[in-house]
Amino acid sequence: MIEKLTTIRVEAEKNISGVNDYGSLNEIRVKILGRKGEITQLLRGLKDLDPEKRAEVGCVANEVKDTLERLIEDKTQQLRALELEMRLQQERIDITLPGMLGPTGGQHPITRVTNEVKDIFMGMGFTVAEGPEVEIDYYNFEALNVPRDHPARDMQDTFYITEDMLLRTHTSPVQIRTMEKMAPRLPVKIIVPGRVYRKDDDATHSPMFHQIEGLLIDERITFANLKAMLMLFARKVFGEEVQVRYRPSFFPFTEPSAEMDISCVNCRGEGCRVCSYTGWLEILGAGMVNPRVLEYGGYDPEKCTGFAFGMGIERIAMLKYKINDMRLLFDNDKRFLKQF
Amino acid sequence: MHASINWLKEYVNFTWTAEELAHRLTMAGIAIEGIEDVNNDKILALDLTPNRGDCLGIINLAREVAALSGSELLMPEINFTENNESIHDYVKVEITAPDLCPRYTARVIKNVKIKPSPEWMQTRLLSCGVRPINNVVDVTNYVMLECNQPLHAFDYDLLSNAKTILVRRAQPGEKITTLDGVDRNLNQEALLITDNGRPVALAGIMGGQNTEIGEQTINVLLESAYFQNIGIRKSSRMLGLRSDSSIRFEKGTDINGVIFAVNRAAALLQELGEAEVIRGVSDCYPHTLNHKHVLLRPARVNHVLGTSISSGQVKQYISSLKFDWEDQGGDLLVQVPSYRPDIDQEVDLIEEVARLHGYENIPAQLPWGITTQGGLTSFQKFRDNLSNFMIGSFYETVNYSFISDRFFEMMRLPKDSPLRNVVRLANPLSEEQSIMRTMLLPGLLDTLSRNLARKNSNLAFFELGSVFHPRLEAQPEEVLKVAAAVTGRQEAGWCKSEIEMDFYYLKGIVEKLFKILGITDVRWMVCKDPGYHPGRSAVITCQDKEIGTMGELHPLVLQNFDIKSRACAFELDVNRMFELSHLKVMMQGIPKYPAVERDLAIVIKEDINAADALIIIREAGGTLLQNVAIFDVYAGEQVAEGYKSIAFKMTFQAQDRTLTEAEVNNSLDEIRAQLELRVNASLR
Repeated sequence: MIEKLTTIRVEAEKNISGVNDYGSLNEIRVKILGRKGEITQLLRGLKDLDPEKRAEVGCVANEVKDTLERLIEDKTQQLRALELEMRLQQERIDITLPGMLGPTGGQHPITRVTNEVKDIFMGMGFTVAEGPEVEIDYYNFEALNVPRDHPARDMQDTFYITEDMLLRTHTSPVQIRTMEKMAPRLPVKIIVPGRVYRKDDDATHSPMFHQIEGLLIDERITFANLKAMLMLFARKVFGEEVQVRYRPSFFPFTEPSAEMDISCVNCRGEGCRVCSYTGWLEILGAGMVNPRVLEYGGYDPEKCTGFAFGMGIERIAMLKYKINDMRLLFDNDKRFLKQF
Repeated sequence: MHASINWLKEYVNFTWTAEELAHRLTMAGIAIEGIEDVNNDKILALDLTPNRGDCLGIINLAREVAALSGSELLMPEINFTENNESIHDYVKVEITAPDLCPRYTARVIKNVKIKPSPEWMQTRLLSCGVRPINNVVDVTNYVMLECNQPLHAFDYDLLSNAKTILVRRAQPGEKITTLDGVDRNLNQEALLITDNGRPVALAGIMGGQNTEIGEQTINVLLESAYFQNIGIRKSSRMLGLRSDSSIRFEKGTDINGVIFAVNRAAALLQELGEAEVIRGVSDCYPHTLNHKHVLLRPARVNHVLGTSISSGQVKQYISSLKFDWEDQGGDLLVQVPSYRPDIDQEVDLIEEVARLHGYENIPAQLPWGITTQGGLTSFQKFRDNLSNFMIGSFYETVNYSFISDRFFEMMRLPKDSPLRNVVRLANPLSEEQSIMRTMLLPGLLDTLSRNLARKNSNLAFFELGSVFHPRLEAQPEEVLKVAAAVTGRQEAGWCKSEIEMDFYYLKGIVEKLFKILGITDVRWMVCKDPGYHPGRSAVITCQDKEIGTMGELHPLVLQNFDIKSRACAFELDVNRMFELSHLKVMMQGIPKYPAVERDLAIVIKEDINAADALIIIREAGGTLLQNVAIFDVYAGEQVAEGYKSIAFKMTFQAQDRTLTEAEVNNSLDEIRAQLELRVNASLR
């Protein structure tokens, strides 16, 4: 009987290892271990043996049974792994096809640049101040040292509502409004974004555009501070390698006044069409707050000084994103807006 | 303004090339835009700031170059001989408007030979953009370009016999024919040069045709005057007439330079026209102007600039500009020359020091002091959240704040709508941009239309911007609004069917927006705005306050904007949303006891709103009803005409126990009963 058991085992081992599917494996299991299986049948004959032999054969039979059961279990695991492997292979998809589209949209480049500039100055401790777009003459001109009939009013052609009310020509009225609220507390440290209006309409001017300006007033603010802070700003917006220069200029609300140029972002200062072959691009106006403006705002110019600066957002956006026509910014063509 | 380098070199010696000179001037605040080569000369194109009108004269420009290069200024020598006749026998000058004309001087030149001026003078005039005419006119222009003092030459013999020049305001309705042949009607703003009551020149702007210099001219009266800038500016604007002369007076000329200029012209006329010069100048100068003095503290220079410029250096810079000053205990009391009207405060002198020192030589130094916290106000944060949400579903647009009345018709706005009450521009560029918008939608629909015309499809745009409502005797109210407009489908690509951007699409976005912004208990009510489809639009309210409107646009509005597909839009009041927003969240414990879900389908009349049924269910469900959601809406076969079926999924749950079947059924029975009672619902 022992020989027979051995034969069963050898035969079964061979069959199990050759099996490739659950069905055949089960057939083998039933054929050997089932209720009517070979081992079960064989063990039925045990009772006819003498006790000593019975023990020996029983032991061998159990051993064979255990071995085969384990082999079948191992084979089952193996088949399962194989099956999973096959399923995974069959389920392969083309991962290069585009993903499902959700709703899409985007930020206008003007908002994008405004936020970028705001963030830089907020990081330097500035807060954001805002004011009305329809202003009165006092805040837009007079308190900024531009009296009535002053030639400096020609610098900004104005849309009027009434003789005294107008569309603000710059964001600077917010300087005065903020000073009035703050005086005599120091420091005044604000950044002012917003829409402004001038009576101009051609390829390089829009009757409505956006400005962002800053104001810093404290006990000892100097022109040297203005230079350092605006250079930091220019490098953050246009890159660390950008060169900066300051030229004297004129604004009624600052004195001394300066124009800040950066090395041309297109040709890196070599000279090209963008910079009219000068190597430089004018990007912002700045200066030390005129003592008269400090007085209008309620501050004593002997006790504090300050600087202010302002720039056109459209110009920065055009330089940054190489936009060649200002009108694109107000045309709202989907093909343009999609790019931002 | 153009300046010839050869001409400049007559008054100052420098060794810089034209490019170097242009750079030095630009870096000192006299911006040079370009350099042009013309006949062995180089011409600088100046882009002057409004405060430096003095540099419209070559001599004043030379002063700048002298200060920058450390060379001497060489003033032109004036040599001429006067005859024995007295000017007083030839002309008498009177001023009755000294506020507009503080000083008027005149010389008389006799027996001048009118002919073309010599080539050197013609070349110079042409290089500065002035057309040569004859020696007399050319000399007046030449001296103007040189000294920044506009002159005018009258044909002396065409003046009346009285020979009394009276400078006075024009009378209303008075007329003059100017040299350009135009008849000009005047008002009292204008200043006239008159002779025996007859206007002979529009002061400071243009001469009169009646006394023009011509071939026949023998004797000349030369005017060299100082007119107030504001007066000239006003009348020049009023008449719409600007000249080389008016531009200079507007920016301010030198009241003490009038004699020099008239003498310079006399000398040139004697040289070029062999003229006799009558002895003396008739000078009417009623109130002599005092010199302006400004104190400059060297310590203040460094305080403002952040430099360490020595007191000696400050004095040197001021001296290099040829400004007289006297020492006052270490400070400088500077006498401001009358050709620099732009200087009247200490900071103006500090700027002079700064630009001569060179902005590039001022150190760059970050400020130090109390650290401040930068950041946004809660409203600004709210607005940024809103904007950041919107860019997930729409492209942001920027439309003009000014629109046309025409848009109100296109939007079918009722005649009595308060939105027609607008802030109107007094001087718009065009009718199209003449009023401040009271709503954002017209701009967005215009944008939609323009995009469709260019074959851009499937559009979703939004704008965040102010609208303007007039207030009596005050600045308009500016209200921040957010509006969006969509048409077409939401593009889905290859893997899923596209979604129509219809009412419910947009409503879903608005509801999500409210959730993100912390606006709850929003009600959607039927909208009567004629701009929208009457059956597909809503007024959105919260706590009985209107937040805005949303809907499919009325077909006629779409037609007005030439939009051929359906389009939906909304416009919401951002300020109001901010007031209503409450983002404080109180967490509720996750229930320990199981929830029971039940579905309920009812059939109600088509015109009953789902919201009404929901209110009934919530009320009847009481505290056990945790949630109710609509999962199906159906009308068609199996539902009687004029009726619709709505299916609700209801979740019942208690915080403290497992609900029994009986409790849930009781609650459900109550809901059914109320639905039957209040909206006549039948069960499916």
